[in-house]
Amino acid sequence: MATIIEMPKLSDTMTAGTLVKWLKKEGDSVSTGDMLAEVETDKATMELESFEDGVLLKQLVKNGAEVPVGSPVAAIGEKGEKFDPSSVKQESAPEKESEQDAPKKEQTEEARTSEKAEPREETASGEAGGSETAQEEPPSEPAPDTSRRLRISPLARKLAREKGVPVERLKGSGPGGRIVKADIQAALEQGVPADTGKDGAGRSKAPAGVPAMYAASGGTIAEEKDIPVSNMRGTIARRLLESKTQIPHYYLEVEVDAAPILAARASINASIAELPPEKGGGKLSVNDFIMKAAAEALRRVPAVNCSWADSSIKQHPAAHVSFAVAIDEGLITPVIFDAHAKTLRHISAETKDLAWKAKNKKLKPEEFTGGTFCVSNLGMFGLDRFSAIINPPNAAILAVGATRKIPVVSGNDQIEIGHRMALTLSCDHRVVDGATGAEFLATLRNLLENPALMLA
Amino acid sequence: MPQITYRKALNDAFAEELERDENVIMLGEEIAQYNGAYKVTEGLHARFGDGRIMDTPISEAGFAGLGIGASMLGVRPIIELMFWSFSYVAFDQLFNNAPMIRYMSGGLINVPIVVRGPANGGTNVGATHSHTPENFAAYTPGLKVVCPSNAYDAKGLMKSAVRDNDPVFVMENTLLYGQKWDVPEEEYLIPLGKADIKREGTDISLIAHGRCVITCLEAARVLKEEHEIDAEVVDLRSIRPLDQEAIIDSVKKTNRAVLVDENKPFCGTSAQIAALIQEHAFDYLDAPVKRVSSLDAPQIYSKPLEDEMVPNAKRIVKAVQEIL
Repeated sequence: MATIIEMPKLSDTMTAGTLVKWLKKEGDSVSTGDMLAEVETDKATMELESFEDGVLLKQLVKNGAEVPVGSPVAAIGEKGEKFDPSSVKQESAPEKESEQDAPKKEQTEEARTSEKAEPREETASGEAGGSETAQEEPPSEPAPDTSRRLRISPLARKLAREKGVPVERLKGSGPGGRIVKADIQAALEQGVPADTGKDGAGRSKAPAGVPAMYAASGGTIAEEKDIPVSNMRGTIARRLLESKTQIPHYYLEVEVDAAPILAARASINASIAELPPEKGGGKLSVNDFIMKAAAEALRRVPAVNCSWADSSIKQHPAAHVSFAVAIDEGLITPVIFDAHAKTLRHISAETKDLAWKAKNKKLKPEEFTGGTFCVSNLGMFGLDRFSAIINPPNAAILAVGATRKIPVVSGNDQIEIGHRMALTLSCDHRVVDGATGAEFLATLRNLLENPALMLA
Repeated sequence: MPQITYRKALNDAFAEELERDENVIMLGEEIAQYNGAYKVTEGLHARFGDGRIMDTPISEAGFAGLGIGASMLGVRPIIELMFWSFSYVAFDQLFNNAPMIRYMSGGLINVPIVVRGPANGGTNVGATHSHTPENFAAYTPGLKVVCPSNAYDAKGLMKSAVRDNDPVFVMENTLLYGQKWDVPEEEYLIPLGKADIKREGTDISLIAHGRCVITCLEAARVLKEEHEIDAEVVDLRSIRPLDQEAIIDSVKKTNRAVLVDENKPFCGTSAQIAALIQEHAFDYLDAPVKRVSSLDAPQIYSKPLEDEMVPNAKRIVKAVQEIL
């Protein structure tokens, strides 16, 4: 007797899933734990796992079909078993092509793929929609779904609670798909807690049920204790206090039209994303473009690529651009050396590598010292703008906000949807005067709004 | 360090204690002139004589009661059961009288007896000779239960048992009697209620007692060599008192446990350990606790089937793989 595999509820808010691609053919033998198909939910693309042993007798839906939760997708039985498809009720949902394709056509992306969110966490679908969607929709809280019991070990549940890892979306690697400690650790390494409020396809994600840690409680909000200052925390405290008290900071800000780099990114990614890494494949993030443009702007305005050295101002011969990476103990700024002489792809690959090393504490000292300029990106938190403290001995630091979709006045006085990203430059006035800082920022803006200039 | 058999280690323990304390005597079937059914008391009758090493009639209830009565008057009898399965004949004396007297007398009378003998299956001796009643004994308040897994532990634990002022049931294993381990010549004691980590590991805790510890070590070797799994092996040594701290510490370290014992599974010793773990280390568990026990049936007489009935390394490895 064949077992009918139904569309599982893979997230709290899922009502239907799109069967993106079958991974097993009819007639293939399957065993428990095998992946039958890729399923796109309202949140992410996940794999449909088999909890049966046998042979895939029949695929009841085609690639691309949207299937309501609970409807049959496949039949698994014994080898040679006859299966009559008419014996199961088919419930294919109406095609929703336009709705699904809409966000992809916009080809937009916000600048949040940089330092906090590790580049490796980028989802397969990539083309994310505008980040404003998450802010537009009033937060509504769907009733917690009690129909699906999350399979998670007590230890994993405790760790997730302590570290604030949302477990609803995690895929368990334990027996029967149970979420275990290793899955929480992997999620932490990939930066899952930096929840962007959106899924890989760019649609805004309804808030999941309120985690227990946020529930009202009569107790204290945290244990009272003195946390010892780690070496890293001590260094951050000392150097930034020194910077903020000794360097005369001032701040310049521009709003950049982000549409051109989003378009450039989509166009480049379309041709290299699928390539294997050894052939230069991989996806570029918006932050990669900012790193590249910053290096190029430093070449054009070298007065910013300097350091105050008390009796002199040291001008650096190369743009060594560092970027801030948040890690468990604090933050660290690995350096892309000679960024002015590196291709976008080179910068992207190196950024990914350094960010991974930073998060796994594998950075060597020479990989995070010697920068001449720093980029800090908090766009993934949805921040519009912020100002950063200069990382001595640099003379400036660039703070990058989120890319937002906002109404803008076009050239012919029409209100249009535009993509805007705020860049804030913090400058050391001892080295960089206002006019020089402004020239740098204008140059940077020009490069970002006309990415082709980076070739010239 | 000399290597001696489990049998010899026990024999040495008796000899040392008989030598040390003239109140120590031994009782049992064929232990004196015949040197013991399993030769564990070999040479002791010749050395210590009729007054100390006594053959008894084939009457477990009789000589168990004799030993208990003598112990109430200051003698420290070591009572041998040819098989622990025969304790059932003396159930009232061993499980009802011995453990209750101290309590019933308001603490005035102690019962410093050691009851010992083999308690194991796996030897093709049939359903009525293969019982492992450590769970019955540990269940009973007032009894201490010791299950040594090797010669070194057997000697050190036996000497502590003889010196203990309460009834201590020592369950040995006929399959271990002939096996050799390093045992120092100098005197040592192993306290009751102290578990021993026989193998350090990080991935899973195998918790066992008696010969199952040896089986676990074999399983741990296979897990390491063939599956890159680093198992920790915890030897409980005594079931009562139980080293709860060692169990919980190990589970907190590895986050997974497989409990191995030769008891039948229903209300077996490992059921108690599992209950403790879920109560005291719930938030440290990354997988359900697994048990590998004897199969839930009267001991199978067929040797090939009995070998599958009692825990073996293959079953332990399989259980580990099911939760890792």
